[in-house]
Amino acid sequence: MRSGSGMLSRVLLGIAGVLGFLLIWQLAAAVGWINAKYVPPPTEVFASLGSQLLDLQYWRAIGNTLTTWSIGLGISIALAVVLGTVIGLVPFLRRYTRSTIEFLRPIPSVAIIPIAIMSFGPNREASLVIVVFATFWQVFIQVLYGVADVDPVARDTQRSFGIGPFQRLPHLVLPTALPYLITGIRLGATVALILTVTGELIIGVPGIGRLLTQRATAGDYAGVYAMVITAGALALIINLIIRVIERRALAWHQSVRGEVVL
Amino acid sequence: MSVSETRHIAIPARRPRVPRWITGTLEVIALPILILGAWSISAAVAPNNRFPSLWEIGEAFVDTWFGPNFFIDVLPSLGRLSAGIIIAVVVGIALGLLVGSVQWLRSLLEPVFEFFRAVPPPMLVPLLALALGISDQAKVLVIVAGAVWPVLLNTVEGVRAVDSLQRETARAYQLSGARRVVSITLPSASPQIMAGVRQSLSIALILMVISEMTASSSGIGYQILVFQTNYQYAEMWSGVVLLGLIGVVLAIIFQLVERRVLGWYYGLKGAERA
Repeated sequence: MRSGSGMLSRVLLGIAGVLGFLLIWQLAAAVGWINAKYVPPPTEVFASLGSQLLDLQYWRAIGNTLTTWSIGLGISIALAVVLGTVIGLVPFLRRYTRSTIEFLRPIPSVAIIPIAIMSFGPNREASLVIVVFATFWQVFIQVLYGVADVDPVARDTQRSFGIGPFQRLPHLVLPTALPYLITGIRLGATVALILTVTGELIIGVPGIGRLLTQRATAGDYAGVYAMVITAGALALIINLIIRVIERRALAWHQSVRGEVVL
Repeated sequence: MSVSETRHIAIPARRPRVPRWITGTLEVIALPILILGAWSISAAVAPNNRFPSLWEIGEAFVDTWFGPNFFIDVLPSLGRLSAGIIIAVVVGIALGLLVGSVQWLRSLLEPVFEFFRAVPPPMLVPLLALALGISDQAKVLVIVAGAVWPVLLNTVEGVRAVDSLQRETARAYQLSGARRVVSITLPSASPQIMAGVRQSLSIALILMVISEMTASSSGIGYQILVFQTNYQYAEMWSGVVLLGLIGVVLAIIFQLVERRVLGWYYGLKGAERA
């Protein structure tokens, strides 16, 4: 009961925080602390957002963004799972690829934008190159750790029962690596969206990022802020969906089971 | 049977063992040499101006970035990057300590902060360019505005998870507020804070490059796009190498700092595992 009322007051405070923020923003624009031309008050921004919700161009931009995002994320996951499993399971490969991985991983993917444009022209393919380059590492590293994390007791037990290496993959490696993989996908999904938007802003691939640039050039500043809110909402929804999938896929796992029991 | 077994055991012993340092070095350099070798061979066999030889890229690297451009592009970029990172980390930790220790403040502000963190940071670049123009301050502010959230929210989370026994002991000993923060809250939140800083670093670097690519007339990001549109491929590749090196150096610095700040923490974890 107590925790219930605590929860309620937390939600109420959270709502108050959001409303307070909007109120301060509105006042700041009205009083003139911020330039209302470039930073329009929330009433105008949400009015613009409302009218865009009825506009097909807006939804097409979201569709385009989600297309690039999902293709990029999909390619990254596929590559990361295959390479991560192979390299993670073969000690020889793990030792010999380590230095190269440690060197390539911190390279900012925006650095390869010119290479991507050079190779594919200003298209979705170029955007996908930077999305995959950034997202791949997030998933790959998790798979690498996950595959290496197999419990030695379980491994030895399986071995002493004479279970072959091909059965080990689905029964031992997969359950161990799955939580890592899903963590990687969750991190990767956020990164993929960041780089998708980057591709739209810089390369000019269709999507919400390019729509934002177009609104800015047209001087529709309320529209610019509406796109920023759209992008934030999109990121939150994607995160929420992946959390739900995480719960479903790992219902058997300690980390999720523990939360449910408590 | 027993003879063959003896022979079996004897074989590996007779083979001369390769010293550990040789295999160790080989592990580190074999694949990079293979990749660079393949690059050189393909550049020699099938010359392609889009993929210049390593020598040309190296030459372009020195000529492009260590001439006058070092002061026009490289130093300002690095300056904005480090200013942005430092401000983001300091503001993030300070604000995070405050918000994390006051419960109603945390409930009040967390949803707003979570939303700010969710917005893909590159969207902020045109936004702030509109409001503030294309000055140095605007670029630093873009970096801060994107990189502050992981530090801030992780600090809030870390402060919340401070061991209640430690907190109450500190209160019982009547430690002053500042002492409590420095000797209890900060150390126990530091693993979370460092995890946030790591995310912030990569966001900061991305934002530095993007802000130079869109709203700028100087900086490393601006230059490599210019090289690309002018078909100066060796120069473009040298810029990519430079940005890559900055990323790698940043990661190394972070690791050194992390080892100093969190040495006790990893020691503790190691002891627990053993």
